[in-house]
Formats: sequence, C-alpha cells, structure tokens
Amino acid sequence: MALNPRVAAVPAGTPTKVTQGSQTKGGIGESTLRPDGTLKVTGEFAYSSDMWHEDMLWGQTLRSTVAHAEIRSIDVSEAVAMPGVYAVLTYDDLPAEMKNYGLEIQDTPVLAHGKVRHHGEPVALVAADHPETARRAAARIRIDYAELPLITDEASATAPDAVLVHENRDDHHIGHVPHPNIVHRQPIVRGDVAEARKRADVIVEGEYVFGMQDQAFLGPESGLAVPAEDGGVDLYVATQWLHSDLRQIAPVLGLPAEKVRMTLSGVGGAFGGREDLSMQIHACLLALRTGKPVKIVYNRFESFFGHVHRHPAKLHYEHGATRDGKLTHLKCRIVLDGGAYASASPAVVGNAASLSVGPYVVDDVDIEAIALYSNNPPCGAMRGFGAVQACFAYEAQMDKLAAALGMDPVELRQLNAMEQGTIMPTGQPVDSPAPVAELLRRVKSRPLPPERQWEVAGGEADVRALPGGLSNTTHGEGVVRGVGYAVGIKNVGFSEGFDDYSTARVRMEVVGGEPVATVHTAMAEVGQGGVTVHAQIARTELGVTQVTIHPADTQVGSAGSTSASRQTYVTGGAVKNSCELVREKVLEIGRRKFGSYHPAWATAELLLEGGKVVTDGGEVLSDLVDVLEDEAVEVEAEWRHRPTEAFDLRTGQGNGHVQYSFAAHRAVVEVDTELGLVKVVELACAQDVGKALNPLSVVGQIQGGTTQGLGVAVMEEIIVDPKTAKVRNPSFTDYLIPTILDTPTIPVDVLELADEHAPYGLRGIGEAPTLSSTPAVLAAIRDATGLELNRTPVRPEHLTGT
Amino acid sequence: MDFLRPAGWEEALAAKAEHPTAVPIAGGTDIMVEINFDHRRPEYLLDLNRITELSEWEVGEESVRLGASVPYTRIMENLRTELPGLALASHTVASPQIRNRGGVGGNLGTASPAGDAHPALLAAGAEVEVESVRGTRLIPIDEFYTGVKRNALAPDELIRAVHIRKADGPQQYSKVGTRNAMVIAVCAFGIALHPETRTVRTGIGSAAPTPVRAEAAEEFLNAALAEGGFWDSGKIITPSIAKQFAELASGACNPIDDVRGTARYRRHAVGIMARRTLGWTWEQYRGSGRTLEGAA
Repeated sequence: MALNPRVAAVPAGTPTKVTQGSQTKGGIGESTLRPDGTLKVTGEFAYSSDMWHEDMLWGQTLRSTVAHAEIRSIDVSEAVAMPGVYAVLTYDDLPAEMKNYGLEIQDTPVLAHGKVRHHGEPVALVAADHPETARRAAARIRIDYAELPLITDEASATAPDAVLVHENRDDHHIGHVPHPNIVHRQPIVRGDVAEARKRADVIVEGEYVFGMQDQAFLGPESGLAVPAEDGGVDLYVATQWLHSDLRQIAPVLGLPAEKVRMTLSGVGGAFGGREDLSMQIHACLLALRTGKPVKIVYNRFESFFGHVHRHPAKLHYEHGATRDGKLTHLKCRIVLDGGAYASASPAVVGNAASLSVGPYVVDDVDIEAIALYSNNPPCGAMRGFGAVQACFAYEAQMDKLAAALGMDPVELRQLNAMEQGTIMPTGQPVDSPAPVAELLRRVKSRPLPPERQWEVAGGEADVRALPGGLSNTTHGEGVVRGVGYAVGIKNVGFSEGFDDYSTARVRMEVVGGEPVATVHTAMAEVGQGGVTVHAQIARTELGVTQVTIHPADTQVGSAGSTSASRQTYVTGGAVKNSCELVREKVLEIGRRKFGSYHPAWATAELLLEGGKVVTDGGEVLSDLVDVLEDEAVEVEAEWRHRPTEAFDLRTGQGNGHVQYSFAAHRAVVEVDTELGLVKVVELACAQDVGKALNPLSVVGQIQGGTTQGLGVAVMEEIIVDPKTAKVRNPSFTDYLIPTILDTPTIPVDVLELADEHAPYGLRGIGEAPTLSSTPAVLAAIRDATGLELNRTPVRPEHLTGT
Repeated sequence: MDFLRPAGWEEALAAKAEHPTAVPIAGGTDIMVEINFDHRRPEYLLDLNRITELSEWEVGEESVRLGASVPYTRIMENLRTELPGLALASHTVASPQIRNRGGVGGNLGTASPAGDAHPALLAAGAEVEVESVRGTRLIPIDEFYTGVKRNALAPDELIRAVHIRKADGPQQYSKVGTRNAMVIAVCAFGIALHPETRTVRTGIGSAAPTPVRAEAAEEFLNAALAEGGFWDSGKIITPSIAKQFAELASGACNPIDDVRGTARYRRHAVGIMARRTLGWTWEQYRGSGRTLEGAA
C-alpha cells in the first residue's frame, strides 16, 4: 500500500525538521527492502526451530495439569528407565542457589518447588535422543498433586481468608500494596475531583471488561543450547532481549555471565511474548547435565502455556463534562489480572495508570490501577502494554459522553484533545507534537467505502465482502453498517526511571576497494525492521553503500528490549551515535593525512557522503578509501535518551515517560445483526511517526498493529475456565486470529512532525496502532447495533442476546 | 505404530480385514492432527493414497458417485452444478491447502458433528458405499451417523465412495464461525429443494451429537408448500411459513455450550440460517433463471 502523499499541512508552532538529508543511496527516509523479506515469504528463512546440531538431544517440559496444587511427590523412575532418555530433571536437580527468575521480581521457579500456581507450569524436564521419546518419557513422570483453593479474580484474591499465591513476599512492592495478592498498585491523584465534579453537567459511568489476548506469534518458542569445553554454554535462541535473558539465566546455572554466550536465532514474531524466559534455562540445564547439545521446540499447544499473555482487565470509569463538552474530571479504577507470576505486571500497572485518561486534557483526576496475583495464566508484556486496555475503556466512555451530550463523538474528542504543552495526569508536560485533533480530522475526512459494497452486477452478493464471508450466512439480510472512531496515546521506551540504554559497535574499513560499515548490536530483530533501519542510519551517517549487520549476540553491550516501540529510537539512536563517533575519528585521520592540502578540512562542516568526505557546501575533499587505507575505525558506545523518573507511589506524579505516540482510527463495519457476525470493511489509520526512517516498514507496522487490535475486538481470546483456572482453547483451532479475509483495507495516513528530543525527530510507532483499532471497531459495532457492548472481544452471543 | 500401504483397493480391504483397528488415512487433515497432539495412537495406519480410484468421481443419471478421497477443491471446481450444496460446503472447509488434501470420505469416517460436508449430504440425499472383504453395501446417509464421532461402519469396512443425488432443484449451505474463513463450524445448515418429488430436505451440523435433519421442519414445509400450491405457482413463500420452518429447524437442535459458542446461540443461528437459505433457494426456484448453482 502506498503512503498517502497528503502529509503536508503541518500545524503552526511545530518544530522544523531536525533530520538531515543525505546523498548516499539507501539512507534514512527510503523504503529499502528487508534483507530477510524474500526468505520469509518463500519459506527459506531459518527460524530458531529449524536449528540442528550433530549428536543433539531433544528437551521436553512436563507441565502441571492443575492450576493450584501442592506437589506431594514426583516419581521419575519410569521416565529415567526408558531407552533413549539421557536426563530427567526436577527442582531438586537445580545446580545453583538461585532457583527463580523474573523480569523485575524473581518469583518464577525454574521448575516447580513443592507447589504449582497455574495450569501449565513447568515441573520437570526430559532430554532424549528423539522428541517423541522425550514426550513419552515426560508423560511417564508421576506427580501427586493435592489441589489448593483457587484465586481467579479480585474478589477471591482479596477475600479475608484468601490463600496467598506467594507467601513471604519480599519484593519492593510489598510495602505499598493493600494485599499480598496484589503485585503493584499505582494511584494518580491530581487536582480536586470532588470540586470539579460539581461543575459537571453530565456524568457517564461504565464498567468494561477486556479479554485475555495472546501474542500468537507464528514461530513457537525454541532454541538450542550447546555445552562448551570451558564449562559454559552457547545458547542460540529466539528472544526479545538477549542481555535480560542472560541476567536471569546465568545465576540459575551457577555460571558467570561470560560463560553463557547467547546468539539470536531466527525469530518468528514476539509482540511482548518473548520478554520473559521460556525454554532458555531448561535447555541449558539439560545441555550442561548431559554434555550434549539440547534443542527444545514448543508445539502450538505448549506455546500457549510457554509465554505470558496480555492482562485481562476490568475497568471502571467515570467521566464528567460541562454542557459544552469540556471534560471536568475523570475517575477510574483498573484491575489487571497478572496471573501466577509477576512478569511485567508492575510496569503494565504504571502504564495503565499514567495513560488511563487517554490523549485528552483533564485537570482533575482520581486514578487507581492494580495487578493481581492469581492462579490464572501469567500475564505480562504485549504490544500496547497496559495502554490497550485503558484505551478500550476511555474511548467507549468518550462515545457514551458524546451521546449523553448530543455531540458528535469526533468533535467531543477534538474539543478535549491534548496538544504540545498539555500536562499529563502525572504532571509531566507533553513537550513534543501531539496532533490528536489533526489525526482525528484526517481519518474522519476520508471518503467512506460505498454503501452495500458487497453488491455486484446483477444484484448478486459477493459474500466475501459480507459478514460470514464464504461461509455464506447472509446475502445482505440483517446487515447494518456502523462507523466508529478512536484515538489513543502510548508511551515510547522504558519508563519510570529505568536506565533505558542501548549499545552499538560500528566499524568502518575498506574491503575490496570500497568503504564498508559493520553495525554490531544485541538488538533482537523480531520483525520490526531494525536490520533495515540500522543499515540506513549507517549509510546516512557514514556515506557508505555497503553495510553489514552483524548477528545479534552478547559479545556486544546490551541493546535493551525490542519492546515499548523503542528499538528505532534507542538502538537506532545508539547506532547513529556510534556512527557519529566513527565519523569524527575518520575525519581526524583525514585531517591528519590531507589537512594541509585544503583549508576546508579545518574550517568547514564535513560530511561523509557517497563514499567521500565532502564539505557542507558539497565540495569533495577526499575519497574515504584514501582516508582509511588499511586502517579500521571501530567504536562501541552506549547511548541513552533523556532520563525519566519514578511515579510517586501515592500521587502518581513524576516525569515518567520518554515520549508519546499517537494514532487514530476510523472503523467501518458491516454487522449481521441477526447472526451477530461482523465484517470489518475498512480500518483507516492516521499516525504521527515523527520521521519515517523506512516508510514502507512504518506502514507495515501500522497495518500489523491495526490488525492485532481488530483481532481482540472480534475474535481473539484465551478462555480460562473460572472454576478450574485452566485454559480451554490452547490451539489455533479455537484461539482465532484474523485471516486475510478478516483483514480489511487499511489506508494509512502518516504524519511526520519531528520530536526534537529524538534521533532524526522520530517517534516509536509499533504499538500506538494496536490501541485505537480495538475501540474503533467496538464503536462501529455499537453504531450498527445500538448495543452497549462493554466487553471485548465481542462474540456473536453478545450481539444476539444468546 | 505400523504403516500399511496397500497398492490397490482389494489389498486395502484385505489389510482392514486383517487389522480391524487400522485407521485409514487419505488426506490426513484430521488424523494427523490427532496423532501430532498425541490424542490418538492407532496400532496401524492404513494409507489409502496409492488407490487412485478413490480420488475419482462419476456423474451418473441419478447421482454422482464421489470417491472417498476426492479433494474438496475438486468438488468446488467440477461439481458445482451437480452438487451445489456440497460445493458450497466445500468452500467453507478450512484453508486452500486443507481443501487440496481433505475429502468427504474423511468427514464421514470421523463423523464429527462439526464436519462441513454432513449437512449438505443430508439435504441432498446420499448413500455411503462401504466395502469389506465380505462385500459391498450402501448405507443411507440418514442411518450413517450413529453417535458422537461414531458411524455405521463395521470394523472391517472402508468407505469407497458416496453416492449423492444430483440436484434437481436449488441447494444452499450456510455455516457460522467466529471468523470469516478457516474456522470450525459453530453450527451449519444445508437445504435442498427437490422439485421432482416436491420435497425439501435439510441438514444441521454442529448443533446436536450427530449431524441431523430437521425432520419436523421438513414435514411442515412439505405440507405447507403442497397445501398452498407453491410448487406450481412459484409464488413467494409467506413469512409465517418461513418463520415456522425456522423455528422447527431451531427445535431440531440439541446443542451444547462449548468454547466455540453457547447452545442458545446455536439454536438461534440455525433458525436464522434455515429462514435465509429457504428464502434463497425458493427465490432461485421461482426465479427465471432457475439456476441450480449456489450463489456464493
């Protein structure tokens, strides 16, 4: 899909461009193609599950069949006795004092110790010479469970006699939470809600429910651990953050970090689901125990238990407004179910709370967000990270408020839209462009798809354009169109005072008579396009055409996580910074060699372009080849964005976020009101990206995020039985993700309003489109049906009252 | 697990007689899922892929003899006129890759209430040709489904083909899933008008322990159409008749609540599909074109 060319019309007062042009082909701003694109489309790309090693064993994890139970005994004797089995490990076999791991709180046992806290928790490991043997051996391990009472929601978690999911908590949140079954609580209080409430002419309230979404990446968890002669281990794995994995793996193995060498293997999608460890430690334990390489690959069933999901949430909101539509105040309470282990729950709480108002100006707020510990599946990071659930609720509220006021829902949003200079509920000023009203204007001003778009010549119906598609459920009967709007705000980068840095090693040398740059980072390429963008940055900064992207590994400093829409900003920033340092060194060499031949070496602003050193006036001073000759220039440096602060634990005040990202959607749906089936016809998006380093990738990210948001609007949900806390649909047969026939036309309107604090003015883009897509679809379905629909995903039962 | 690979049909029958627990495999689109998930570990797999005649069909005077392994794609491409209901049902089966492999024989062998072909077979009228070393017999489709994932096959029998009556009137097929493609039926409905016998037949999928016909609905409609002289006049069916038909179809369901949908929704949806598909087929019947091909 082509970029919309109408991206001009920059509102007054926005900063001018801070990006620099380049004469070098393939630099930033060009849609260079992904090096792995063709391989992936043709099925030739090697994913982590494709790895193989001579003499390799297969690892298998045995997982709990119940959600909460004491383990009375584990009998591995039958499994050990099976021919082909090399090792069976349980908690008792763990080699080091450290037996837990976790992103922030180390509360997750590598293997269950005396107790399991959720359905599918790892209890034992098997290594065998064939995956089938390993699986059968695991099935022969006998575990005697004594079931415990279940914590499945807020009421059961905080009941007076509630069983504690984790006894003896000593993490840094326990001091401020109201109950040990609450992981973290973040209130935000600003202004005076009681007073402001008196000014409200209209007050709307709502209770909203957000279902549990899965990342549903197509490449299941997998990796290969190879024991090394020095007693260490080499681990090849698909992950989102090598160094975070390493920090958690090494202590459990009882090895110093330098003896655990990690290399990123082919990643088949992540979306937050690879932030937590899955098979990493297990494969290493088996490899170190057996002295043989061990590969672990989850199948789809196991994958549903092998990673955290998006927090399901219950949200209660109250909005007030004056008769003319100005918001007076907002109260909300967001309850996120974090499941059995903390994972990223504390940070998700911080995001949900601080972004709970949405991209609107509200001076008086009373906000509370909590995450529960429960016996439900663990939840953590997923694209949108706490902001998604809030956006679903506050956007439903804005529509409700517009209806109560008799106002157009887009006008109401525009009237209250934040802009540059707005103060967030946290007290943090928004100090870069926030074109919220403009994004809404753009999606609204698009022409609508024609009515009865399914009709073809002769009055026949093209069922592919109707709800139900080729299942042929309607030829137009019962079909009503609806249109809905939504807009959202997402933070970019790690927040709340986290030291969110990245590292890049850049080398420049002459190879085969041509200057070549090598970029080495530990950035996990999970599909976001860093491999393309890093090369583009190096070309722009160093004036070379040939750029080699070194495989990501732990032989270079941390790049931070491929999460939070941050990699182009932070690792892109690190690559830019290291390139600048390399350029300085190259120019230093040039000055030393040729400075006496031309005064411009000393006086002019010098650039590297098209393989040459040129002045800013365009005069060529030298070929890079002649400057470098046999010399290689290499720099490894860390780079940081502006620091952030923690949120105050009582008031929620603090400059907690790095940058904000905004997107708006308009959804057009056809709803079969009798059968409760939905066809999303068009899902138009407008997003400010600051600067599109690779416009094609930007549009791809926006379309992907939009589709993932559509999924949780109409079909995607992990269904957990409230009576047993067991997952009922761990398969792609019953956990549905959108197919191409469910994916509408997604026209994308890209704005480029530079953020002067960010490299090239760019804005992290990956998550924002996931936020507003869901509430826009819900709004459109409400428009078509007149139903309240306070939960997502919407099922046919909800639309038909059955 | 032993893998038996007969070179021909006689050999396959002999193998099945010798190993009655052997599970036949053709496209493998169902069996392989069960095996991969370790839900099923048959002693013997009986591979039918070398038996080419199973992938062939013959169009006769009265009916189509459809080989058990004819892939759904072939049905969609080649048998839309003769078997419009089954062709529409074939469209709704999984993905193109699965439709290239899977066939009606697998649907019948598994006899899952959610099999997409069943409602179309029930509505069109069909007989399942089964064979063993003891001989051949034809099982009427109405007697074929005997319980949840159970059918009338004897342990030594294999499905050779299914004889489906050629359409003598319009047929339709609808299926509800919560995705617009590649989805297991929440429920499904098939209908076939048979102007020659002045009868209407139906089939319901995924809304009872077995695929079923909505017999009371059929009887009511057959009587109402005859009484009102509708077959001759071709006039529009009155809304009250359509409504009553839909309610009776809904009443023929005996569904469960499961992860894919509620029992109440299934009853409701079958009623809606019954009313709509009756409307479409009747419009086709009375329309000038009187086309027999499904509209999708």
